Amino acid sequence: MDVLVIHLINALLYASVLFLIAGGLSLIYGVMRIVNMAHGNLYAFGAYVTAWAIGRFAAGASMALLLVLLPAGAFAAAVLGAALEPTLLRPFYKRAEEYQLLVTFGLLMILEDLMRFIWGPYPLSASEVFENFGSLTIGDSLYPTYNFLVIGVGILAAFFLWAFIYKTRFGIVLRATSQNMRMASALGVNVNRVYIQAFTLGCFMAGLGGAIIVPGQSAVLGMGIDAVVLAFIVVVIGGLGSLEGALVGALIVGVVRETGIAWFPEVELAVLYLAAAIVLLVRPAGLFGRP
Amino acid sequence: MSTPAVTESAIARGSGSRRHVLRGAVAAAGLLAVVPWVVPPYTAILLTYGLIMAIGALGFNLLLGYTGLLSFGHSAYFGVGAYVVALMVKYVRVGSMELFLLGAIIGSAIVTAVFGWVCVRYTRIFFSILTLALSQVLWSLAFKFFWVTGGTDGLRVPTPSLLGGLVTGKGDKTDFMSHAYYYYVLVIFFACVVLMWVIVNSPFGKALQAIRDNETRAEFVGVQIWRYRFVAFLVSGVFTGLAGALWVPLNGLTTPDIIHWSFSGEIVFMTVLGGFRSFAGPIIGAVVFNYLKTYAVGYTVYWQLLLGVVLVVLVLSLPTGIVGTAERLAARWRRES
Repeated sequence: MDVLVIHLINALLYASVLFLIAGGLSLIYGVMRIVNMAHGNLYAFGAYVTAWAIGRFAAGASMALLLVLLPAGAFAAAVLGAALEPTLLRPFYKRAEEYQLLVTFGLLMILEDLMRFIWGPYPLSASEVFENFGSLTIGDSLYPTYNFLVIGVGILAAFFLWAFIYKTRFGIVLRATSQNMRMASALGVNVNRVYIQAFTLGCFMAGLGGAIIVPGQSAVLGMGIDAVVLAFIVVVIGGLGSLEGALVGALIVGVVRETGIAWFPEVELAVLYLAAAIVLLVRPAGLFGRP
Repeated sequence: MSTPAVTESAIARGSGSRRHVLRGAVAAAGLLAVVPWVVPPYTAILLTYGLIMAIGALGFNLLLGYTGLLSFGHSAYFGVGAYVVALMVKYVRVGSMELFLLGAIIGSAIVTAVFGWVCVRYTRIFFSILTLALSQVLWSLAFKFFWVTGGTDGLRVPTPSLLGGLVTGKGDKTDFMSHAYYYYVLVIFFACVVLMWVIVNSPFGKALQAIRDNETRAEFVGVQIWRYRFVAFLVSGVFTGLAGALWVPLNGLTTPDIIHWSFSGEIVFMTVLGGFRSFAGPIIGAVVFNYLKTYAVGYTVYWQLLLGVVLVVLVLSLPTGIVGTAERLAARWRRES
């Protein structure tokens, strides 16, 4: 019984992080109609910055300071996103989608090596935070308390994002731009500004995903490349451009992955990719996508 | 997509007569034929890698350049070609290159048919993501089923015998690869180029280009879009699978890395580098990319950074690639003189 509970919590943990990555990817696609192949690298960037910040101040620092440092990666990713959008992506909105994929693929290669350059080829960990939280007992087994924080952040992020997009003025502008960019522009929306805000927000979410997962795991090279493919699967299942879809997709992938790790580890990844292919076959636009 | 530069180069290409193309091809063939006798073996082997990748990129470009579908999963078919050969060595214990090629063609045709059946229902970004996801299925299988595929250690492939045992690599491997195997690859390369040339200039190829330029109109005049795209996908995948089969004896080892989607990215990269709007683009691009990557890897550990910058600059300022840019410059030079 408690094994099942632990598996369920793990699935939620996994889904939380995936939602943060895929939600950002989907938001960016929904508003800007651009698929950012380098999105996973922003997640990795967030992880590295947080691990670096915590590693630098960890010795003797209080728990409160460590928790304040935790979101550093999210803000760093947001700043990076705000710098990238106007310089690298803006020239491509009027060009064919293929070029957008190519330029973000180039960006992926660049960011991957920049992280290698800055932080070296070895994994960077921030386990102090993870250990400070200790563990609690579920049935007969110990379970790290920190994981609940990650799930909490995931749920909070989903809630704030929903409130932000459906309850604020900025959200209305964002949705209007997403539905009809020309019309929004004609009605006086500064589309360039909306784009940069949406991209920054998406990158912030990816960075936050990296920042909260890094104490439990560690920042390694290639984590972004692996993550972006999983994020693709989430948005393909949920529907590109839909946040509800990203949430449901992340939950589905989280549960499938956890089930896979427990019962069929050899084909766990294959099952995930196949699930995405099947969803696309049955519902081409994804579960929540606009056809 | 039809920027002035593209139309211009299209006109330049159209005005070049068949004889012009033939003369260029014969000159290239002559040059390539003497390469092993004038350059060091290392350079010849590098060029062999380049020619093999050119076959793969040529196949890939049937989809991107002629059908307008950007596949981010061509590593899968390359990997199938390579792994079929490696598994034939491991389980059937054959060593004949011709059998390898036959096996790889059959294997990649089966996989491409299944994947293509799923993928060609979609276009644009969905096609790209779907091909990517499916290629990752194969990657994860090659990665996890280590008792069959060797996992990350990969599978070793010894030097094969060519032409039904007539030529064997018993002696020096470097010598064999830079001479006998080079010519073997060169002949297959030319066969593939001719075949692809025939395909893209056939009514079938013209129909693909019609679909690329305007799907609705093509359907209106009676082109069965789904079927044409499927056949293009199949041909494209088999070309890339053939390249994988030729690649693996040269490399001596196949690992799951060649199925990973970042390798698909490299195939896309070389095609764009050469220029996907021209027939020769992927060939030039593959050979150049191969040198570029080899030297970048040898020069710095940050070779990805270097290649990434090249790709971004290329897409930003030279979207028609090396061949397209050269054609444009040649056209301007001809006008001025």
